[in-house]
Amino acid sequence: MPRILGVDIPGNKRIEYSLRYIYGVGPTRAMEIIKKAGIPLGLKANDLTNEHISKITAILQNDYAVEGDLRRMLLQDIRRLQSIGSYRGFRHRRNLPVRGQRTKTNARTRKGRKQTVGAIRDKTQRKLAGT
Amino acid sequence: MSRSLKKGPFVDEHLMKKVEAMNKNRMKRPINTWSRRSMIMPDFVGHTFNVHNGKTFVPVFVTENMVGHRLGEIRPHPTL
Repeated sequence: MPRILGVDIPGNKRIEYSLRYIYGVGPTRAMEIIKKAGIPLGLKANDLTNEHISKITAILQNDYAVEGDLRRMLLQDIRRLQSIGSYRGFRHRRNLPVRGQRTKTNARTRKGRKQTVGAIRDKTQRKLAGT
Repeated sequence: MSRSLKKGPFVDEHLMKKVEAMNKNRMKRPINTWSRRSMIMPDFVGHTFNVHNGKTFVPVFVTENMVGHRLGEIRPHPTL
């Protein structure tokens, strides 16, 4: 199993697919990288030579934000939104959908598992639940 | 869909005029505005805008980070 940029270990698949296991590399970028590095399409990741790997690493480091850097950039963007007190930052802070989706129903990805917040009719029961 | 680059950022003209006048005279006074839809331009940095929230004016001090957002997007005191 070849290692690219430290932790990433794509399996015994064709490189155009195994490259996608790197955070920040999708179908398009995988193809771009292969073209730039001059690797024949359909080569298995296991059959990469050291030369290929060093080429891929160079391309990834110079041209793309990938893995930790990309994650950090995303976090910084969110932090910026929060620090200027923007509406989007506020939605991030509350863990609610940011882009104006409905929240009456759905939005479970952001809100997590459903929590029931029904009203309790009976007075004594309510007191019990409150404690 | 995002706005066409050809058009450039949108700022209400009456607001832009006021900011330009203030920059020319090196003045800094809060500007009352209802124009929440105006994009915050680099020229706005360091000025305070009193942005109408539908009821009252809320002061927004513009910093560099806010450039590219709209005045209405920013709320200094997140109320629900």
